Amino acid sequence: MTGRFSAWRAVWLLLGGCYFLVPLVATAEFSLRAGGGRYDLSAYAFVLRDPRFLESFRLSLVLALETIAVALVLLLPTVYWVHLRLARLRPLVEFVSVLPFVVPPIVLVVGLLNLYRGAPELLVGSPHFLVTGYVILALPYVYRALDAGLRAIDVHTLTEAAQSLGAGWLTTMARVILPNLQGAVLSGAFLTLAIVMGEFTLANVMLFSTFSVYINYIGETQATPAAALTLASFAVTWVAMAGILVVGRQLGGRQAQIGGAR
Amino acid sequence: MAQPAPLAGRAVGAAPGGLRTRRPPVLDLLPVVPYFAYTLAFLLLPAATVLVGAFFTQDGQFTLAHLAALLEGQHLQAYVNSLQLSAATAVAGGALGGLMAYAAVSPGAPRWIRPTLTTFAGVAANFAGVPLAFAFIATLGTVGLLTRLLQALGVDLYGAGFTLFSFAGLALTYTYFQIPLMILVIAPALDGLRVEWQEAAASLGATGVQFWRYVGLPVLAPSVLGAMVLLFCNAFAAYATPYALTSGVVNLVTTQIGNVLQGNVLTDPHLGHALALGMIAVIAVAMAGYALLQRRAARWMR
Repeated sequence: MTGRFSAWRAVWLLLGGCYFLVPLVATAEFSLRAGGGRYDLSAYAFVLRDPRFLESFRLSLVLALETIAVALVLLLPTVYWVHLRLARLRPLVEFVSVLPFVVPPIVLVVGLLNLYRGAPELLVGSPHFLVTGYVILALPYVYRALDAGLRAIDVHTLTEAAQSLGAGWLTTMARVILPNLQGAVLSGAFLTLAIVMGEFTLANVMLFSTFSVYINYIGETQATPAAALTLASFAVTWVAMAGILVVGRQLGGRQAQIGGAR
Repeated sequence: MAQPAPLAGRAVGAAPGGLRTRRPPVLDLLPVVPYFAYTLAFLLLPAATVLVGAFFTQDGQFTLAHLAALLEGQHLQAYVNSLQLSAATAVAGGALGGLMAYAAVSPGAPRWIRPTLTTFAGVAANFAGVPLAFAFIATLGTVGLLTRLLQALGVDLYGAGFTLFSFAGLALTYTYFQIPLMILVIAPALDGLRVEWQEAAASLGATGVQFWRYVGLPVLAPSVLGAMVLLFCNAFAAYATPYALTSGVVNLVTTQIGNVLQGNVLTDPHLGHALALGMIAVIAVAMAGYALLQRRAARWMR
């Protein structure tokens, strides 16, 4: 029984492993092709020489950091307060937090353009306007991460203890609650990083040259550098997931790992 | 944040009302105001403009013509394609991912398998969009590694009529993020399937097949179906992958909305709103179904 069972298990997991690995191996092989059956690093050299690579990568990274900052400033007080005082409001707050699932990114961008097309160029003409939508895309994941983090600690006792020692709300938040939520905050941040670094829909429609838009642009004309960039993008995803794993180990519990820009 | 105020008494959460007498309730709501204001400004109102816009013409006249247009020609075809693609990859990804998750979670599995699988699943589920499309072109494109390997073995994929830049190719590519998503979503539900049940069934003389037929599958069904609904929505909303892979060869709702937005086609922008309204309607129905299934599934979750 056990023997047969193990064989069955191994076959499935091996199959899954192949499905996961084959496209990556193929991408690596493709990125090294130099024509005529030869291989070299010219695709990587091309990418590194192209100033747009660094520009778009840096833009996406900055947007990711901004999204993380806005999402945390917005959600930390909300989730904390819902746990501490507004239990009655929890169903409504949670309902709103999953609404981004109902509005696909391509629909969200239609709505954002409808509403803000006439806004000052300073606001809408800058790629940083993307952050408004990215925060919405990240909202369900960051919310869930923070919610899980707050569930794991005794918010009431910690808050009372802090305040009976004379701490104000800001001090309580910054020096008591936040340090206890480190794992949750970081895993939400890493997931947001993965989402924003891969996001294509909003940026492409609004015509901003983020990392994904740049990869697509290169892919339209040059196949091998696009494969090299694909590997770079994969590496970014790994870094984000490894980050979640490391902070998750401290956290102990389950952590959010689902996100992605399709 | 409000001004510093001492918290009164113990058990603030356990005894609601104790505090509300001391502070005006409006002040209590203050910390969550930014949250609602933000989602209103950047999610709810934008979505509302889409829903309302579907019912009006360019010059502000009420009309049902845009909605009617959804049932015609290429618009209807886009919905049919999107629904079929999402359903097919949800079922295929759900079945494969479910079995893989079970192989890793079921009793007797080595302890290291589960965290390894969920880690890889986390990476694969997040590796999507444009890079995923290029990874598949490098694998199964006309000069992809797998295409050439199979050619060397005498199997000519493209000669046999296969092309990556088609419905089948898209389905294959989507499965790459659908399987790991299923693994992540279903693993906790599989934990709810207790070893004791299997032992109890066996001690009553049930075969493995009987156990699954009368215990395992009925218990898991709501979770599995719910997870597949999530996978469906996930595929239905995908834009970057089909855009980069087929650049519009396969007519999908998301890419059609994108085309209207970018002015690639000479259509009324309000038609784009109607297309978007249809998407929201489909996902809203699916999510309502998901909520119902979750409620049933929760019975067996610890």
